[in-house]
Amino acid sequence: MIDLSVDFGGIKAPNPFWLASAPPTNSGYQIMKAFEAGWGGAVWKTLGVPVVNVSSRYGSVNYRNTRMMGFNNIELITDRPLADNLREIEEVKKYFPNHAVIASLMVESRAEWEQIIKDVENAGADGIELNFGCPHGMCERGMGSAVGQQPAVLKTIVEWVKEAANIPVITKLTPNVSEIIQPGLAALQGGTDSISLINTIKSIVGIDLDTYAPYPIVDGKGTNGGYCGPAVKPIAMNMLKDLAQHPEIGKIPLSGIGGIETWRDVVEFILLGATSVQVCTAVMHYGFGIVREMEAGLRQFMEERNYTTIYDFAGKALPNVTEWKHLNLKHKVVAEINPDKCIGCDLCYISCDDGAHQAIALSDDPTNRIPSIIEENCVGCNLCSLVCPVEDCITMVKKDDGTQHTTWDERSLNDDIPVTFNDDRAGGKGHFVPKPSDALKK
Amino acid sequence: MAEYKRPTTEAEFEKNFKQKKPLMNETEAFYEASRCLFCYDAPCIQACPTSIDIPLFIKQIHTDNITGASKTIFDSNWLGNACGIVCPTGVLCEGACVYNHQDVPPIQIGRLQNYATNKTIDAEKVIFKVGESNGKKIAIIGAGPAGIACACEARTLGYDVDIYEAKEKPSGLTVYGIAPYKITNEEVLKEVAYLQNQLGFNIKYNTAINSKEELANLEANYDAIFIGVGLGATRHLGLDGENKKGVVGAVEFIEELRMKHHKLNVPKKVVVLGGGNTAMDAASEAARMGARKTVLAYRNSKEKMGAYGFEYDLAISAGVDSLFNVTPIAILGNGKVDGVRFAKTEMVEGKLKTNINNTFIVRCDMVIKATGQAKQGHLYDLIDDLDIDAKTRIKTNDEFQTSNPKYFAGGDAVNGGAEVVNAAYDGKMAALGIHSWLTKNN
Repeated sequence: MIDLSVDFGGIKAPNPFWLASAPPTNSGYQIMKAFEAGWGGAVWKTLGVPVVNVSSRYGSVNYRNTRMMGFNNIELITDRPLADNLREIEEVKKYFPNHAVIASLMVESRAEWEQIIKDVENAGADGIELNFGCPHGMCERGMGSAVGQQPAVLKTIVEWVKEAANIPVITKLTPNVSEIIQPGLAALQGGTDSISLINTIKSIVGIDLDTYAPYPIVDGKGTNGGYCGPAVKPIAMNMLKDLAQHPEIGKIPLSGIGGIETWRDVVEFILLGATSVQVCTAVMHYGFGIVREMEAGLRQFMEERNYTTIYDFAGKALPNVTEWKHLNLKHKVVAEINPDKCIGCDLCYISCDDGAHQAIALSDDPTNRIPSIIEENCVGCNLCSLVCPVEDCITMVKKDDGTQHTTWDERSLNDDIPVTFNDDRAGGKGHFVPKPSDALKK
Repeated sequence: MAEYKRPTTEAEFEKNFKQKKPLMNETEAFYEASRCLFCYDAPCIQACPTSIDIPLFIKQIHTDNITGASKTIFDSNWLGNACGIVCPTGVLCEGACVYNHQDVPPIQIGRLQNYATNKTIDAEKVIFKVGESNGKKIAIIGAGPAGIACACEARTLGYDVDIYEAKEKPSGLTVYGIAPYKITNEEVLKEVAYLQNQLGFNIKYNTAINSKEELANLEANYDAIFIGVGLGATRHLGLDGENKKGVVGAVEFIEELRMKHHKLNVPKKVVVLGGGNTAMDAASEAARMGARKTVLAYRNSKEKMGAYGFEYDLAISAGVDSLFNVTPIAILGNGKVDGVRFAKTEMVEGKLKTNINNTFIVRCDMVIKATGQAKQGHLYDLIDDLDIDAKTRIKTNDEFQTSNPKYFAGGDAVNGGAEVVNAAYDGKMAALGIHSWLTKNN
């Protein structure tokens, strides 16, 4: 029997699918609709001193026929009076006592923090999330990512909050830093119960070619927005991994955010150590109903592997994420083309010839468009298998016998690494490359 | 089995002759273009008689550079708009699309091509440049696709061009001879007007060249002459009763249909003789004009038909019946046709034999002969030293120059009857041939 419920640093929810603090959590109406649809928790759109927003707030990066592969926004925290939000939090909790309602907060002074914490606790919130991530607008006023980028300030505010709060505290981090460990440690030292990440990434998603203004355009001008959507998932997962692998930070619960749209995304974040996930862009694109696919897929995945809770596999990918220097230099894969599946687009040929290692040859027979791998030139880079439009047509086949294992780290210890510019131990020494003038023959 | 009601208004005609390749809308074009794989050395380019850089123009459509896409198309084919619609793409570019090997529908290249050029033409975008005048003049006989293409190319090279056209409209068979469900008159004519507006060649309508004096006049006033006269009237079969009222040639029938539309009277029962694409068109058209019974009669087997399979299928889907291995031996009727006497044929030792003892009669009110067009031999006889082959096709060298060096030729007059795209290619290459010859000679 699969049990999707979570206890996330003291915040209980029927499942790990939470709405991130964002436009979909602007009101009690939306959150009740989301809970009805199957979401297990929601982080209320950030409360604070209400703002005034601009008109024209979102921009998109479309790729080929896919809309909103990347998405940015310049909307600020809630523009609704606090009392309205508190009343609705109370109402939602009345209807959904077992769902997680978390109040995202962003204020300036200690007094304001203490007051608003009291208010949301009285309204019945199950937890607090500290918005130290917003990279547009609010940071210009010394809040949001301006806090997240200064570990000392971040730590102080977490301390204030922890002193005042009786409910669990999640600290939400900004990815607009050169490394995530310092803010993570600061949150931990401040006493946070858990961490969520990432908030959005500073971005310009496009320039209008008529007005030369960045999207979204507000009366001829624009500003940097916060980037999110499927495009940011790889960045989010890498930062999650950094925190999850940290000996101290890794001990507290981590909520994964960034481009999550499908069950597969959910599973990947959990494998990297997340025990709840937060979603915004996918909901802004498809509505709350998108959770059906996530939940069905997650259940299917768990059923097939006999997992009963997400804790059974949380973090299971972490031991396999290592540093480059620990990778086996003796491992060898080579591309193999299945001629029965090949449709002859020859993208593998041109991508390898122009973009990689000249290890794919065209047939001499012009009627045969199926290319072939030149095994001795193939470095096993995967590029051909990545560009191939046919599923499972190009596979990377293991060629080493698995008995040998050497890493850069080990070779360094043995003084067996290239150290001069023309060192004979250069990895590519003697590897075939065509003559420069061969380029002109084709 | 009549599928179509006799059209009595233009609207009903348009309904019965609904466009097979309707203009794409922006969304359809965007999504269709997004599917293109951008194959290396793409098979679609190789399959195009004019070698249009198809992956490039599709990418340009996708990136909203429609004018650029049209430039790419017209750069290779002066009749890019018409060809996008009327080309048998299933056996050319789209037939070569690698998706066919994956049982995925090929990219709709023809419709995408038409989408781009149609937009550019409607917007009257200026994309061509007349070459600096070199003071030389070219006469073109025939304003069909070969002649128009030759004129366009010659104008870009700086020649003055006069086209002598026997009929009152340009485009030859594109406007007079193609089935109305394949392209509308407006679509054909607007492309020629677009080209003519920018390139400024002259067309002298209702000006047939068919005397020695007229040719001498051209020879005296022009530096080179291009013959793009296509084929002539439907060939006489020498059948008993062939001159009876109601016996028409397919070319003449289609021309009348294209000019008169619903005002053309097609009787109840029609027999179409022939097995080529023109026969399929004529049969399909008779059925769409409300003929209650249309019978396609071909002297050999179904497999031996010259028509493309999809053209045959189209005729069948319009409600046409077919008879194979039958040959007409007499047209019956008292002054006016009322039937055709057929004899069965059979293959005997690789040769088709008529079995005169096995005959039958098909009653009908109209016979359409789609058994080939006569060549314009009467004109060729008037030109000194003009070599023609046994099938009365003009012989040319690789540069489309005839045995009389002042004369160049292309299109159906040279290839014996092919597609619009072949004529467009010939015309363009002939202009380059003329240019090279005139440059060499001076």
